[in-house]
Amino acid sequence: MSTPIELPKWADVSLVPILAVIVAFLVAGLVVLGIGENPVKATVLLIQGALGSGEGIGYTLYYATNFIFTGLAVAIAFHAGLFNIGGEGQATMGGLGAALICLNLDFLPWYIVLPLAILGAMAMGALWAFIPGYLQVKRGSHVVITAIMFNFLAATLVVYLLVNVIGKPGSMSPETRVFAASAHLPYMHEALAYFGIKIPKSPLNFSFVLALLASAFVWITVWHTKLGYAIRTVGHSPTAATYAGISIGRITLITMAMSGALAGMLAVNEILGVQGRLLLEFSSGYGFIGIAVALMGRAHPVGIILASILFGMLYQGGTELSFEMPRVTRDMIVAISGLVILFAGALDGLIRRPVAGVFARFLKSGA
Amino acid sequence: MPRLTDTVAGHAPAIALMGIDKRFGEVRANSNVNLTVASGSVHGIVGENGAGKSTLMSILYGFYEADRGTIHIHGNEVRIRSPKEAIAVGIGMVHQHFMLVEPLSVIDNVMLGAEGGAILAKGEAQMRSALAQLAETYGLVIDPDAIVGDLPVGLQQRVEILKALVRGADILILDEPTAVLTPDEAEQLFVLLRTLAAQGKTVILITHKLNEIMAVTDHVSVMRRGEMVATLTTAETSPAQLADQMVGRHVLLDVSKGPAKLGPVRLSVEHLVIRDAHSSLRVKDVSFDIRAGEILGLAGVAGNGQSELLEALAGIITPTLGSITLDGLDLITLAPTPAERRENGVLHIPEDRQRMGLVPAFSAAESMILGFQSDHAFGTGPLLSTAAIQTHTAKEMDLYDIRPRDASLKTAKFSGGNQQKIVLAREIEHHPKVLLVGQPTRGVDVGAIEFIHKRLIALRDAGVAILLVSVELDEIMSLSDRIIVMCGGVITGERTPETTNDRDLGLLMAGVTERAA
Amino acid sequence: MSGMEIYATLIAILESGLRLCVPLVFACLAGLWSERSGVVDIGLEGKMLVAAFASAAAAGATNSALIGLGAGIIASIGFALIHGFAAISQRGIQIVSGVAINMLAAGLTALVGNAWYNQGGRTTPLEGNARFQPLVWPGAEAIDQTPIIGPIYAHLISGHSALAYCALAATILSGFVLRRTRFGLRIRAVGENPAAVDTAGVSVTRLRYSAVIIAGVLCGFAGSYLALGQAAGFLTNMTAGKGFIALAALIFAKWRAWPALWACFVFGLLDAVAIRLQGVMVPGIGQIPVQAIQALPYLMTVILLAGFIGKAIPPKASGLPYVKER
Repeated sequence: MSTPIELPKWADVSLVPILAVIVAFLVAGLVVLGIGENPVKATVLLIQGALGSGEGIGYTLYYATNFIFTGLAVAIAFHAGLFNIGGEGQATMGGLGAALICLNLDFLPWYIVLPLAILGAMAMGALWAFIPGYLQVKRGSHVVITAIMFNFLAATLVVYLLVNVIGKPGSMSPETRVFAASAHLPYMHEALAYFGIKIPKSPLNFSFVLALLASAFVWITVWHTKLGYAIRTVGHSPTAATYAGISIGRITLITMAMSGALAGMLAVNEILGVQGRLLLEFSSGYGFIGIAVALMGRAHPVGIILASILFGMLYQGGTELSFEMPRVTRDMIVAISGLVILFAGALDGLIRRPVAGVFARFLKSGA
Repeated sequence: MPRLTDTVAGHAPAIALMGIDKRFGEVRANSNVNLTVASGSVHGIVGENGAGKSTLMSILYGFYEADRGTIHIHGNEVRIRSPKEAIAVGIGMVHQHFMLVEPLSVIDNVMLGAEGGAILAKGEAQMRSALAQLAETYGLVIDPDAIVGDLPVGLQQRVEILKALVRGADILILDEPTAVLTPDEAEQLFVLLRTLAAQGKTVILITHKLNEIMAVTDHVSVMRRGEMVATLTTAETSPAQLADQMVGRHVLLDVSKGPAKLGPVRLSVEHLVIRDAHSSLRVKDVSFDIRAGEILGLAGVAGNGQSELLEALAGIITPTLGSITLDGLDLITLAPTPAERRENGVLHIPEDRQRMGLVPAFSAAESMILGFQSDHAFGTGPLLSTAAIQTHTAKEMDLYDIRPRDASLKTAKFSGGNQQKIVLAREIEHHPKVLLVGQPTRGVDVGAIEFIHKRLIALRDAGVAILLVSVELDEIMSLSDRIIVMCGGVITGERTPETTNDRDLGLLMAGVTERAA
Repeated sequence: MSGMEIYATLIAILESGLRLCVPLVFACLAGLWSERSGVVDIGLEGKMLVAAFASAAAAGATNSALIGLGAGIIASIGFALIHGFAAISQRGIQIVSGVAINMLAAGLTALVGNAWYNQGGRTTPLEGNARFQPLVWPGAEAIDQTPIIGPIYAHLISGHSALAYCALAATILSGFVLRRTRFGLRIRAVGENPAAVDTAGVSVTRLRYSAVIIAGVLCGFAGSYLALGQAAGFLTNMTAGKGFIALAALIFAKWRAWPALWACFVFGLLDAVAIRLQGVMVPGIGQIPVQAIQALPYLMTVILLAGFIGKAIPPKASGLPYVKER
């Protein structure tokens, strides 16, 4: 941008993304209207579906867990000035990492196999982001293009392995056998029942707690560690980073690996938490929606949790909505994500400029 | 060679600018500038960096529109709102950074924007013969099918000149054309410029090199701080007079300092050679020492290798040849990185605080630890303690009177002077053995200038070896114990403030090594 | 297998490769125009998808493949203009805008498709005039039985839809315009050094918008071919990553038109081979993993980009918004 658009910080972190989401919803509302449904009624149904029952809330938070992981993955890369578009592939590989541990070690007790499986998911996700990072640092190939290619490579690799190597023998569908119970992350309704708290059954599992821990970890890392300071310096000003003796290449590699590990944790929720086996396309676009989440949450863990809950509501409410209003399918959510990415990301100035104009006038009249 | 003096009777001047004003936000880049350029002459415009030369020429070429003022070309008032309109009234420009498309051939580059029809083949034949014609008239021989990116810089510049000429330019503006040329290439260029003028073209040469002005121009205008301060006939002036005009009389700052208590040699630089990323030579065989308790001033017009020298000393770029030693320690091999230089006590106030010295988006407290982020004082182990850096910053803000006293305010919100004080405080408080200082008072208000100068003197009195790089001669003169001058990547002379003056330094800065006055 | 059978198989694979490469060629040329002008376009996939949907819907409604094509092109241009506005006028991040385009297209086409046709995102199957039928060249059937050259004429030269021949024409035209015309020269220049174009008195904005619109038109062809030529209607996410394969082919072609055609043909052929080998036991080798063949384009792109074999250098200014500087 030729002239940076100056806004008060609170407006920058809350008002602008909220307006972007409102604009995205207005456009989506027009689409709903266009296919002959009532957008107000759709919204009410959606909110009821997402928050109207304990089960609905459970599902909402289960979906939100996925978005927190992929949103954090995109966000931490943003802080280093990197765009990690490879979340899908990293999550897929994370699933493979978790599955390889579980398939081979699920005879072990849970307190050994589960941590190992989680580490496996993180390590494979990290590897799948590290390589594009490495190729950018050492070979000069653009991390975005490489990461796109790595998304497809991960998909084909996992198909191959499921069909030919680790698939369930004798099964037609490409998936592994179901892991032993010791390799299942407990559902929240099970875990809480242990303490005598009863909540409705839902796929919400212990991964949600891990997602909150990961958020805290990212928050601490980015704003309260020396590494985070280096990451943000590289992201804001590579020249200042060089001056300060921070190696841009090293930070790129570390950040990409952390980002990939976070994306890989999507598999913890889906594979270890819910499916209990590795199957195809479990990442189903969560990696890309993570971009919308990160943009909307202004790359801050609190914003990301809130944005994730919003998208979780959209997913869960959207599912319920599609029962009530069969014409409004869950594809609506993909379109809304696209709109959010557009208005909170690429067309950011379109919202920011008028807001800044209003502020400027307000300040003038106030003075 | 015949020289056309003043306006030939009956001919309007090629260019007449009247009352040109141009602001960029708060900065007044041009104020009430008048300029008359006689047709068929070579007219030089000199001034230091930031004097407003480039802005003025950009206005003439339609890159910007002036806020006020008029432009007459050959007596007719014109409005030039885009390069297209500039080309239409016969103005051609050779930019300092060439406007060439490197993977394309010479002929493609020359044709761009003047293709002569939708299909290239048609215009191409005409263009080839036009090039052949120009080759004959001015000796501008070039292979039209060569790829521009493969050509040496001198020939690339020739392509730029050809681009202007084939578009029928009769006014040619060259912005710092020799900055990238070898002396031989520069010599050829000057011959060409004289030929062009002899054939009736008007040439404007923007430069800060006085010897070029003396060698090639008929008239010379001097700009200083956005204003046109003088227009002189070259034959009637001297480099000394021009240097005087260029530098001008700044506000004299009263810096009181006692005699230096010189210690042993701290930093020793020997036969340093530095190439930039494009492998062109920026610093050529430079040697000097700095002693403890001494301020060594490095004067020079910006862009003569001082920046590269500073960055090499700070470990940001690696010199090609030569050695840098600190108290006998070979820094190039034993402490090659900026972090290691810092650990060894070589601290650095960079020339460009916005790009290097600070992170504008960070809070003041975060900028206050840039480069020292791994220091144990700011957090144990991997952690960074916000409280610690806030307390530290609050303390520094008091010591250095940084306003407003708000450690969490965004760095960009501080004034230039206060931003510079953040950098100054940070570097000084980390106990330098050697302090590298680049343009310490650029864009800084008068009050802060005095403060910064006093701090530097105090530091010198405490036994620190200071290298002060500045384009402000007053600053060099009043702070330095010893002065070296750089021009074209070499040291052109060494003086002490007592035995020199602005004019003498100006000549050394222009590369004239004979002692004047 | 006899020699004749092997030959027939070879022809069949080549024929299938040709069909599969058509949308890639259009999309790849679209990327070529856009990126040559300095606008990075990872939204090829999305533009193809909206074009496929719009063309199927319009062709179904009007029973005219040509009107379908027109609708596909218009829809694709609409999305191209969103990208252009974000990338050129708003100076937004081009990658982000591309991602948004892809998601918007995937969501909207599935949503609207399902709402309109109630068939899980499919459009009504198209037939007859609503599709681009294969053009059978004179004498193709007669010559088919002639050994060697018969099948080449009947299956490789004749027998493709009009759009397939358009893809060849688009390559020739793109190559010619870029290489030999004023507009082409300016596009080549603006992707490398927009300042040079600007100082030569030519509008950077107008050039880039033109290129982005051309990309829209070409993606319109690509999508329409998928829905009206290759398939008989729209299917949810029917582009299935072709936009990214095209991007890979573009890198392989080093951003040049004729090599783009060849790269797409090779990738189309790989796809055809993979389909052919699905579940086939090759004597002496066993079953060849189809995924290995499918992964080749992506893998080769990564290797090429990293400069391990040759070097693919994108236009210098691609991805960077143009800001006038002092």
